[in-house]
Amino acid sequence: MQPRHTSDDTRRAREFEAYVAGAGGRLLHTATLLTAEAHGDNPRARRLLTLALARTYACWDRLHGEDPYDHTRQHLATRFARGAWHHHGGLLRSRSRPAGPLAALTPQERLVLVIRLYEGVDGEQTAALLGLPVERVRTVFNRAMANVLRPAPRPAPPVGGVKAVPS
Amino acid sequence: MSRISREATVRRMLEQSPPSVPPDLHVEAVRRGTRILRRRTLARRALWLLLLAMTVAFVVWAVTARPWVEPPSETTPPLTGW
Repeated sequence: MQPRHTSDDTRRAREFEAYVAGAGGRLLHTATLLTAEAHGDNPRARRLLTLALARTYACWDRLHGEDPYDHTRQHLATRFARGAWHHHGGLLRSRSRPAGPLAALTPQERLVLVIRLYEGVDGEQTAALLGLPVERVRTVFNRAMANVLRPAPRPAPPVGGVKAVPS
Repeated sequence: MSRISREATVRRMLEQSPPSVPPDLHVEAVRRGTRILRRRTLARRALWLLLLAMTVAFVVWAVTARPWVEPPSETTPPLTGW
C-alpha cells in the first residue's frame, strides 16, 4: 500500500509542476490584473494564485481529464469575488494604491473585464463561472469597457486654464 | 470606434508587461495543497469513525432494550378465575 501512495504522490507532483511551469505566468498575470497591483509588487495576486493552485493540487486526481487551467481560474475568480469585499477600503488595513491599467475600475468590473477579454471566455460562460445572470454580466462588462477607455482625468491643466482666462 | 476594435484595444492594454513568476510558487502551492488533502483525509476519517460509533451504540441499545418485543400490558388486569 505504502509504495503505491508514494509513486502516486511523485507522479502527481511531477504533473503539477509541469502544469504550474506552463500556466503559472499567465495565471499570475490574470491575478495581478484582478487585484490591480503593480507588476513588480503583487503580494495579493501571488497569495490568491497560490491558494487557487493549492486547491487544484488537492483535486488533481479527481479532475478526470478536465482542464486544470479552468479549475484554477474558477477558484481564482470565486476567491477574488469573495475576498474583494474585505479589501474594499477596509477599516483596519490600509489599502495599497491600485496600479496597472484597471486601477480605476471596481473589483467586479475588473473581474468581468479580465475574464471576458484577457481570458477570452464568452458572456454566457462568464456568467456561469461567476454565478451571475447573463444580463448583469453584460451590463458590468459594458460599464467596465466605458470606464477603462475613458481618457484618464487630468484635473490640473483645465483648472489652471479656467483660472487663467478671467484674469 | 467599433466594438471589435475597442475590445482589441483593451485586450492589448491588458496583455502588456506580464509579471515575473516567483520561483517558489509551485513549492508553496504543493505545500498548501498537501495540507488541504491531509485535512480532508482527517475529516473523512473522523466522519467514518463517528458513523461507526453511532452504529455500534445503536446495536447495543437495540439488543439491550429490544424495542420490537411487545411490552407487557399494564392497563388491564389479567383476567383470571371465571
